[in-house]
Amino acid sequence: MSPTLSLFLIISAALFSIGLLAALSRRHAIFILIGIELMLAAANLNFIAFWRFGPQPQSPTGVMVAIFSIAIAAAEAAVGLALVIAVYRHYRTTSVDKLDQLKG
Amino acid sequence: MTPWIVTNLWLIPAVPLAVSLLILAFAKSRRRPGAALAIIGQLAAFTLAVIAFLPTLEQPGWRAVHNFTWFTFGEQALRIGWVLDPLTAAMMVMITFVGLWIFIFSIGYMADDKNFTRFFAYLSFFSAAMLGVVIANNLLLLFVCWELVGLASYLLIGFWIHKPSAAAAAKKAFITTRLGDLGLFLGMLWLYSSSGTLLFYDGGNGCLEKAGLLALGASATFVALLIFSGAVGKSGQFPLHVWLPDAMEGPTPVSALIHAATMVAAGVFLVARVYPLFSLGEIDGVTPSLLVVVWIGVITALMASLIALAQSDIKRILAYSTVSQLGLMMVSLGVGGVAAGIMHLLAHGFFKALLFLGSGSVIHGCHHEQDIRTMGGLRRLMPITFVTYAIGMMTLSGVPLFFSGAWSKEEILHATLHWSRSPVPHYLMMAGVVLTALYMTRQMIYVFFGNPRAASAPAHESQSVMTVPLIVLALCSIGLSVVLTPAWPWLHDYLNGEAVHFDMGQLIQPMLFVSFALVAAGIGLGVLCYRKAGPIDPLAQTVPAFFRFLERKMWVDELYANTVVAGSAMFSRVSDWMDRRVWDGLVRGVAGIGQLFGIFSTTVDERGINAGVDESASGTRGLGRFMSGWHSGQVQTYMGAVAVGMVALLILYAWLA
Amino acid sequence: MAGLITALILLPIAGALFVGVARQNYARGIALGFNVLTAIAAFALWRDFDTAATGLQLVERHAWIPAIGAEYLVGIDGLSLLLVFLTSLIFPFAFLAQRAGRGFCALMLLMQAALYGTFTAQNFVLWFLFYEMSLIPAFLLIKIWGGENRDRAATKFFVYTFLGSVAMLLSFLGIYFARGTFDFAALANFGKTGLLTGNMAWLAFAGIFLGLAVKVPLFPFHTWLPDAYESAPVGVSMVLTGVLSKMGVYGFVRLLLPLFPREIQILGPWLLGLAVCSIVFSSLAAWAQTDLKRMVAYLSINHLGYCMLGLFAVTAPIARPLAEMQAALSGVFMQIVSHGITAAALFYYVGLLEQRRGLRGINDFGGLMQRTPLLCGWMSVAMFSSLGLPALNGFIGEFLIFKGSFPLAPWPTAVATLGLLFTAIVFLRAMQALFSGPLAESCSAFPDLKRSEKLIVVPVTLLMFALGIAPQFVFNIFNATVIQMTRLFA
Repeated sequence: MSPTLSLFLIISAALFSIGLLAALSRRHAIFILIGIELMLAAANLNFIAFWRFGPQPQSPTGVMVAIFSIAIAAAEAAVGLALVIAVYRHYRTTSVDKLDQLKG
Repeated sequence: MTPWIVTNLWLIPAVPLAVSLLILAFAKSRRRPGAALAIIGQLAAFTLAVIAFLPTLEQPGWRAVHNFTWFTFGEQALRIGWVLDPLTAAMMVMITFVGLWIFIFSIGYMADDKNFTRFFAYLSFFSAAMLGVVIANNLLLLFVCWELVGLASYLLIGFWIHKPSAAAAAKKAFITTRLGDLGLFLGMLWLYSSSGTLLFYDGGNGCLEKAGLLALGASATFVALLIFSGAVGKSGQFPLHVWLPDAMEGPTPVSALIHAATMVAAGVFLVARVYPLFSLGEIDGVTPSLLVVVWIGVITALMASLIALAQSDIKRILAYSTVSQLGLMMVSLGVGGVAAGIMHLLAHGFFKALLFLGSGSVIHGCHHEQDIRTMGGLRRLMPITFVTYAIGMMTLSGVPLFFSGAWSKEEILHATLHWSRSPVPHYLMMAGVVLTALYMTRQMIYVFFGNPRAASAPAHESQSVMTVPLIVLALCSIGLSVVLTPAWPWLHDYLNGEAVHFDMGQLIQPMLFVSFALVAAGIGLGVLCYRKAGPIDPLAQTVPAFFRFLERKMWVDELYANTVVAGSAMFSRVSDWMDRRVWDGLVRGVAGIGQLFGIFSTTVDERGINAGVDESASGTRGLGRFMSGWHSGQVQTYMGAVAVGMVALLILYAWLA
Repeated sequence: MAGLITALILLPIAGALFVGVARQNYARGIALGFNVLTAIAAFALWRDFDTAATGLQLVERHAWIPAIGAEYLVGIDGLSLLLVFLTSLIFPFAFLAQRAGRGFCALMLLMQAALYGTFTAQNFVLWFLFYEMSLIPAFLLIKIWGGENRDRAATKFFVYTFLGSVAMLLSFLGIYFARGTFDFAALANFGKTGLLTGNMAWLAFAGIFLGLAVKVPLFPFHTWLPDAYESAPVGVSMVLTGVLSKMGVYGFVRLLLPLFPREIQILGPWLLGLAVCSIVFSSLAAWAQTDLKRMVAYLSINHLGYCMLGLFAVTAPIARPLAEMQAALSGVFMQIVSHGITAAALFYYVGLLEQRRGLRGINDFGGLMQRTPLLCGWMSVAMFSSLGLPALNGFIGEFLIFKGSFPLAPWPTAVATLGLLFTAIVFLRAMQALFSGPLAESCSAFPDLKRSEKLIVVPVTLLMFALGIAPQFVFNIFNATVIQMTRLFA
C-alpha cells in the first residue's frame, strides 16, 4: 500500500484528537501543554502532507512552515511552562480545576 | 343771629361724657371725688340745657341747626349736626334735671357698693348718650347715640355683674333692643338712599323737610315702620317689651334713669322727631304707619297694665306701669297728639323717676327686699317716702287738678277722642286709666298700709341724701301741672310752636269729670279689693287661672324662649353642623376623591407598570445568572466548547457540501 | 423717592436674615426693630404719595423675564397704601403678642415681606410669586408652633389655598396666551370690553374666583379657616386674620372685578347670595362654638362677608348710581382696616386669657370682671367694636357698606343685617360667660393686665376709637382710588 494523502490526514486527525482529548481532560497544566504540543504536531503533519501531495512538491515551502511552527511551538512551550510556574507560585497548585478566575 | 349755644350744643352731652371718662381713668378708687365729679358734670349739663332752653322761648316754633361734615367718602360728604328746637330743649332740661336728682339719690343708695365710682361713670355716660340722641339733627348721629344708650343700659342693668340674673337681663335688654335697631338701621338706609340725606333739618333740604319728603314719596310708610321698630325695641312696646321688666335687675337708680327719664323715652322721642315721615300723605290724620303706631300702643298699654295687676315685685309693677304709659304715649302720637304725647313723656319722666326712687328708698329701708307681700305699714316707718310716693302714685293714676300726670293724660284722651278712624282706642285708654289707678292702689296698700310684715318691720326712713330728691321730684310732679292745664297750655303750645294763649274758661272740660270718675272708680275698686288682702291676692282667689296668666306675664317670655330663641339657637347648631359635616364633608369628599385617584394610580403603578418593569428586569437577571453558570472559568471547558463547535461546523460543512 | 417700595419689601427679608444669625433671645427685639424701619418706610411712602391723584404712583419698573411678560413692576394706589399700613400695624402687634424664637421671627418677617410684595406688585407673575411666598411661612408657622391638631390644620390650610392658587395660575396662563400681557392695568383695560370670549372666559373666571374665594374666604370655601386659626399660635392667628385674609379681598378688587365685569354681572345674584350666606351662616356657626378662638375665627368670616357683600353689590347690579358705589367701596376699604385691627385685637385677648388659664373654652372662665376688671374692660371694647357699636371702628365700615349696598341690592342687604344681630348675640353670650357671674375657682389667681400688656392694649384701643370717631384720615388715603374705581366699574 502506497502512502496517500488520506492516510496522513487520518493519522494527523487521530493525533489531533488525542492531543485535544489530553488538553481537555487532563487536570494537570503540564499535561495540557503536552496535549497542545500533540495538536501542534498534528498540524505540522498536515502541513507536510499537503505540501508533499500538493501541486508544487519541488519547493520546500511545507517544510519551512513546519520548521517555523516547531520553533514557535518551542517558544510556546517555554511561555506555557513559565505561565504554569507563575500560576503554581500564585495558587500553590497546577490543577486547572482551581483556576476559575475567568468565571463570570 | 344764632346764639352761641347752638353751635356749641355738643357741649351738653360732651360734659357728662368727659366726666365719665375722667372718673374711669383717674377717680376709680376715690369715692367722694368721683361722685362729686359726676354730679358737677350733670349740674353743668343742666345749666347748659337751661341756657339752650332760653332762646327757644323767643318766638313760637323757634328752631336752629348747626350742620357740619363728619367725613367725606368718594365724592360725597356725610354731614351731621345738631338741632335746637322746643322738643330738644324740653327733653334736655327734663333729662338733665331728673338725672341730677337721680345722681344725688344714688350717693345714698349705692353707698355700700364696692364699685361706687364706676356706677357714677356709667350713669354719666348714659346721660351723655341720651343727650346725644336728643340733640341729633341727623338720623345717623341719632342712631350712634341710640346704640350708645343701649350700651350704657347694658352696662348699668348688668352692673351687679356677679349676679347671673343681672348679666342675663343685661344681655336680654341689649339683644332685644338691637333686634328693633336692625329695623331702625334698615329704615335709615332706606331713608338715606331715597332722600339722599339723613339730616333732619337742613335749610329746606333735610329729610323731614319738603324736598326730602317729596323725594321719599310712597316708601315713607315702610321707612316709618322700620324706624318705628327701633322705637318699639327701645320703648318696650309689644312685642319687644320683654326686656324691660327683666331690666329691673339693675340697681334702682338705674331703673329710675332708664325707665323714667331717658332710655325708654327715646323711642317715643324718636317717633316724635321723625313725625313728618309718619304723617306723610295723611288723610284725616291717618296713615298706615300711624295706624300701626296706635294699635301697637293700645295693645302694649292694656297688656302691661293687666300684667302689672298680678306682679308682686315692687319694681316690676313700676316697670309694667312704664310699659303701659309708653303705650299710651305711642297712642297719643299715633292719633296725632304729638304735643300731648311729649307732654306726658316729660311729666312721666318726673313722676316715674319719683316712683322708682321712692321704691328704691323702700327697698333700701327693707334691706333689699322687693316683694310687696312681705311689706306693709311703711306709712309710719317711712313718712317722707310715703308722702312722696303717694304723690307719685296719684300723678301716675291721674288724680285731677293738682297732679301733672292728670293733665297730660287728659290731653291724650282728648286726642284719641278726636281720632277720625275709630273710637275704640279712646275707650280702651279709658279702661287703661282705671287699671292704672287699680294696680297703683294695690301697690300702695300692700307697701304702706296695714301692719308691718316680715321685711318692713325693721325698716327706717332713708337718709336725707335720698329723701331730698324725692321731695324735689314730688314738688316738680305737682308744679309741672301749671304749664299743662288747658287754661294755660304753655307746654302744649310751646311744643307745637304756637303762640300761648290764656283762657281760664278752658280749665274745666267735660273730660275732666270723666277722668275723675275713672280714677275714682279705679282707686275705689282698689281700696275695696285690697283693703283686707291677705298673703293671697284677692284676684288670685277669685280667678286663679287668669291671675296666673297675668302673673306669668301672659307667657310671652316662654313663648319667645320656645320659638324665636330656641329656633335661632337651633339654627346656629345647624349651621355649625353644616359646617362641620356638610361643607367640610364636601371638602373632605373632594379630598377623598383625590385620594382615591391617588390610590388607583398607586395600584396601577405598583401592580401594572412596576410589575412589568420588575418582571423584565428580573428576567434579564435570571438569564444572566443562567448564562453565567456556563462561564465556569475553566479554560478546558471553553476549549471543549470550541471543540464541539468545530466538530459541529465540520459536520455542517460536510452536510452542506 | 425712588426705590422706596422695593426697600419696603426688602427690609423684612433683611430682618429675617439678621434674625437667622442672631442669638435666640434677641430675635424678637430685632424683628421689632425691623418693624420700626418698615413703619418708617411706610410713612415715607405716605409722605411721597399724592392722595389727590389717581392711578398708580411711585412706580418702579424693571425688565425681568421678557419672554413670558414678567416684569418687576411695583407701585401703589390708595388701596395698596392702606394695606401696606395695615400690614405695618398688625405685624408689630403680633410680635408683641407672644414669645417668639429665631425661626418664628424669621418666618414671620418673610411673610411680612411677601405681603408687602403682594399689595404693591402690579404684574401678575410678580404678584403671584409674593402671593405664594406668603403661604409657605404661614404653613410652617402653623405646622411647627401650632397647637392641637396643627398637622392636620396646616396641611388643610396649605392644600386648600394652594389648590386655589393653582386654579388661578392656570387661568392667568390662559389669559396670557390670549392677550399676551400680565400687567394688571393693561388687563383691566381689556376687561372693559371683555377679556376673553366664550367658554374660555368662564373657565378663567372660575379659576380666579376659586383662588380668591378660598383666600378670603367666601362661603362655602371657608372650612379651612376655623381649623387653621384655631391651631395657629396667637401671633400667627392675628396676622392671618388681620392681613392675610385681606389678600383675598384685595385680589377681588384688583383682579376679578376689573377683569370680568360681565361675568360678575351675570352671576350677580348668586355671588350676593354667597356673601349673604357667609355673613349669616358664619355668625350663626360662631354662636354654636365653645372654643373662643374658633368663635373669633367664624366671626372673621362674617366680617369679611360684609366686604364681599359690598364688592358684589358694587359690581353685580345693572343700574349703578355712582354715589352708592362709592359708599359701598369706601365701606369695604374701611372694613378691611377696621376688621384687621379688631380681629387681631380679639385674638390677642383670647391669647391673654389662654396664657393665664391654659384653656380657652368659653366655659372655662367665669366672673372675670371681679378679678381682672381692666382686662375685661379693654376686651369688651374690642368685642363691641367687632359687633359694630357706633363710635368704634367697626361701625363706619359696616354702615357705609350697608348704605351703599342697600339701594343696589336691597334684599341681600336686608338679610345680611341679621348678621349684625347674631354677632351681637355671640359676643354678649361670650361676655356673659366670661365676665359675669360668680368668680370661677380656676380664675381666682389671674393677674390683671400687666404694664407691658397695657402698653399694647391702650394704643390699639385708642386707634379703634380714633377710627370710629374721626375716620377722615383713613378716607383721605383711598378717596381718590375709590372715585377712580367706581368710574371704572360704572
